[in-house]
Amino acid sequence: MSVMNTGGNPQLNRHGELKHLLTIEGLPREVLTRILDTAAPFTEVAEREVKKLPLLRGKSVFNLFFENSTRTRTTFEIAAKRLSADVINLNISTSSANKGETLLDTVDNLAAMQADMFVVRHASSGAPYLIAQHLAATDRDHIHVVNAGDGRHAHPTQGLLDMYTIRHYKKDFTQLTVAIVGDVLHSRVARSQIHALNILGVPEIRVIAPKTLLPTGVERLGVRVFNDMREGLRGVDVVMMLRLQNERMQGALLPSTQEFFKSWGLTPEKLALAKPDAIVMHPGPMNRGVEIDSAVADGKQAVILPQVTFGIAVRMAVMAMLGGN
Amino acid sequence: MPAPQLPDAEALCTALIEAMRPHVDPAVTALVGIHTGGVWVAERLHAALGLKIPPGSIDVSFHRDDYHQRGLHANTRTSQIPFDVEGAHIVIVDDVLYTGRTIRAAMNELFDYGRPARVDLAVLSDRGGRELPVAPTWCPHALTLPAAQMLALERADDARLSFRLMEK
Repeated sequence: MSVMNTGGNPQLNRHGELKHLLTIEGLPREVLTRILDTAAPFTEVAEREVKKLPLLRGKSVFNLFFENSTRTRTTFEIAAKRLSADVINLNISTSSANKGETLLDTVDNLAAMQADMFVVRHASSGAPYLIAQHLAATDRDHIHVVNAGDGRHAHPTQGLLDMYTIRHYKKDFTQLTVAIVGDVLHSRVARSQIHALNILGVPEIRVIAPKTLLPTGVERLGVRVFNDMREGLRGVDVVMMLRLQNERMQGALLPSTQEFFKSWGLTPEKLALAKPDAIVMHPGPMNRGVEIDSAVADGKQAVILPQVTFGIAVRMAVMAMLGGN
Repeated sequence: MPAPQLPDAEALCTALIEAMRPHVDPAVTALVGIHTGGVWVAERLHAALGLKIPPGSIDVSFHRDDYHQRGLHANTRTSQIPFDVEGAHIVIVDDVLYTGRTIRAAMNELFDYGRPARVDLAVLSDRGGRELPVAPTWCPHALTLPAAQMLALERADDARLSFRLMEK
């Protein structure tokens, strides 16, 4: 019988090493910093003649996507392939789940196919945790789970690649003012960013959004709330834009996307209120003319494409760390 | 067991430089040091031999063969190869040669950058205990140490190199 080790953080093994990556919340700063440090040498692999490392050779990584995604799935796939893993992509929204199979039955079947790692995206918050718990309870916790986005809960690798990007351009977290702008209510990305920024010691985290797109009690996460974008952007070092999640909107949270752009879209004129060397980030996919003006998205302060490149290195680091623990 | 006489790392650097000098071409030979001790030695060799090509550095963590037992090394650094490996004459530099596994990993890493014309190996000391068919091209010193001991190179603030014996 296995003894489930969930006494502390369910993501860590008894040596305090990362076993799964489910959420950034509650990760010790050393673990978070170690992931960022580990990602750095992986960025250089993309410059080599042979962009492949043998770390996950002979391992099978299953991309379990119960919800659509192109960018995240592709970058996980590239990351796993650069680590020499065999990658199997399952688009389950169009597969067994539609035939009535439960999540855990799907997992059991794939585990029986000798999976070594699951990369899971699911519309329900907590699905990756449920899978990790199920694997531990059935003596199969040699299989690692990476959360690639669950409901409104967390998107830890996005949060990590954002932190990597900030550190790349700004070096030190402890002097920064960072603004997160837009649809915080529906955003798992924002939650992961806020936890990560707090853990890394960012002294001022601002959340800028209309009241209808803010979760109640968001202040308790350790952020300052601004309902006026101009006021919120004043003097910030980093602007992290969020995507307006049309597909998650229920009811009349907003008058129209044009109205949204007028008040909450990032234009060059609004960006001018931030520090002159402020960077602009966006997790993608961007809605140009909704949350961000093309002049900003393509401007010299935007680091949106480097975010994508760093995302591969960060995901390689996470998978390489999990695979060795 | 009495502690073995530790070699003088500075004297070994000088001996290594003189052993290599007749065989290197300053315009052609390129050095690649293995983190961390090998990088220090490579910097010395580079300056003393007057080599034109800037030295590279390699971290072997990505190619270690004990990854599945021990996981990814905590302080993995970025390998930097500031020259074209394709067709190059390369000397891999390390402080101490032991099992040969680090050298194998370094060669695997190096070949991810291209196909060198020739690869040599320069180390300060060979402590025995080889587990792979690896032999140094230049090595001014050899001793035999039990498996429980490790010979480690250290660098002082004034850049002086010295050896220290550590229990594993």
